[in-house]
Amino acid sequence: MRIVDHPILGKIKERKKVFIEVDGKKIEAYEGEPIAAALLAAGIRVFRFTAKEKEPRGVFCAIGRCTDCIMTVDGIPNVRTCVTPVRDGMKIKTQVGLGKWEQK
Amino acid sequence: MKEAEITVIGAGPAGLSAAIEAAKYGANVEIIDENALPGGQLFKQIHKFFGSKEHYAGTRGYDIGRKLLSEAENLKVVIKLNTVAFGVFDKNKIGLFDQKDILISKPKKIIIATGASENPLAFPGWTLPGVMGAGAVQTMINIHRVLPGKKVLMVGAGNVGLIVSYQLLQAGADVVAIVEAMPKIGGYFVHAAKVLRMGVPILTSHTIIEAKGEKEVESATIAALDQNWNLIKGSEKELDVDLICIAVGLKPEADLCRMLNCEFTYVPFLGGRIPLHNEDMETTIPGVYVAGDVSGVEEASVAIEEGRIAGISAAESLGYISEEESEKERMKCKNRLKAFRIGPFGSPRQEGKNKVFEEYKRRTKNVK
Repeated sequence: MRIVDHPILGKIKERKKVFIEVDGKKIEAYEGEPIAAALLAAGIRVFRFTAKEKEPRGVFCAIGRCTDCIMTVDGIPNVRTCVTPVRDGMKIKTQVGLGKWEQK
Repeated sequence: MKEAEITVIGAGPAGLSAAIEAAKYGANVEIIDENALPGGQLFKQIHKFFGSKEHYAGTRGYDIGRKLLSEAENLKVVIKLNTVAFGVFDKNKIGLFDQKDILISKPKKIIIATGASENPLAFPGWTLPGVMGAGAVQTMINIHRVLPGKKVLMVGAGNVGLIVSYQLLQAGADVVAIVEAMPKIGGYFVHAAKVLRMGVPILTSHTIIEAKGEKEVESATIAALDQNWNLIKGSEKELDVDLICIAVGLKPEADLCRMLNCEFTYVPFLGGRIPLHNEDMETTIPGVYVAGDVSGVEEASVAIEEGRIAGISAAESLGYISEEESEKERMKCKNRLKAFRIGPFGSPRQEGKNKVFEEYKRRTKNVK
């Protein structure tokens, strides 16, 4: 959910709207915001599944330290989505285990 | 571009303040930061600061950030963003990755201001999506303007737990409860009073025992603790929440200090393993300084003063400022730090810092 109005910060600034693809589904995002923010705004909280137990994981630290939020972005696995900015047309995939490098 | 004489790692309150001071006396300074935006954690701090005028009392965190940034800019400090300092090697070579190339920076002095990261807390379900660091949630709501959940349980009633709870309310979430394992609230009373006035219960001697959910958090179970920290049977209560925030302290991000073989000591009240340093913020490796949370977890106001001291010390060691003048300037910062480290919240930090300074003296006595 987006926080449009805020009692201290005021109205959210105008930003350039773009579209990204998450597991084949098109979602709205804003250019430059972290991928993780766009996903959480769209209600997506499961970012990957662990290698052995296939347990779900999402965002924990949001500052690029814990690597819990890694996903496969444009064919590159293990991208820290909390510190990687959104670009128009990005293709993002829920990652399983260590993920796979995909030929573009 | 001319090679920087001083490389500051981290563009938060400590790093910016260090760079500003050193540049003021004429040193050629660069700051490295892995984030897309400078300012560290200041821009998510939308509350007003406390202390004296010199501590920016009454000013909101993001306004302090803006002020520091424009000062650094006016002094022509170079801030390299999206650049990771991945390692420090022999003779102070710093390895940098700017998302394209690997660069080696060879400054004469290094100021490490890499901050801290949030502690996790282990309980059944702690890895479920929807269990997040309180600071992480603060970043999402105040900087990116995204609410990661609607009904929240806050774990920890220190300043971070209390402030982020209030900011969650400002962002439109419902904070169902704050649990605190200690028998009393850890943070400042003003912050606690604000959330209490909004009707949020602060349950002391309570903790989370489980997060439940199929793929993400659907509920949390809390329970009361007796005076020996044992669970009180029958006190378990399930709360209908979709977000659990963990605010149980931070630890220094001191990896670069470890790579440099800086010596460490253990001070639990300051976040655990702390790189040893003297009152001028120099570590056991000459020419390497620390400032801010990496030198012991405190607050942004403290980080600013420590950064100033480190900046002055580095400028002095390069000959830009006389010993006498730098001592005079540092004393102003040290006095403000002392004023900040008093009272029930401040004095344990002063004691912790004193331990670090004494240990530094003891271990460098035979070396220097």
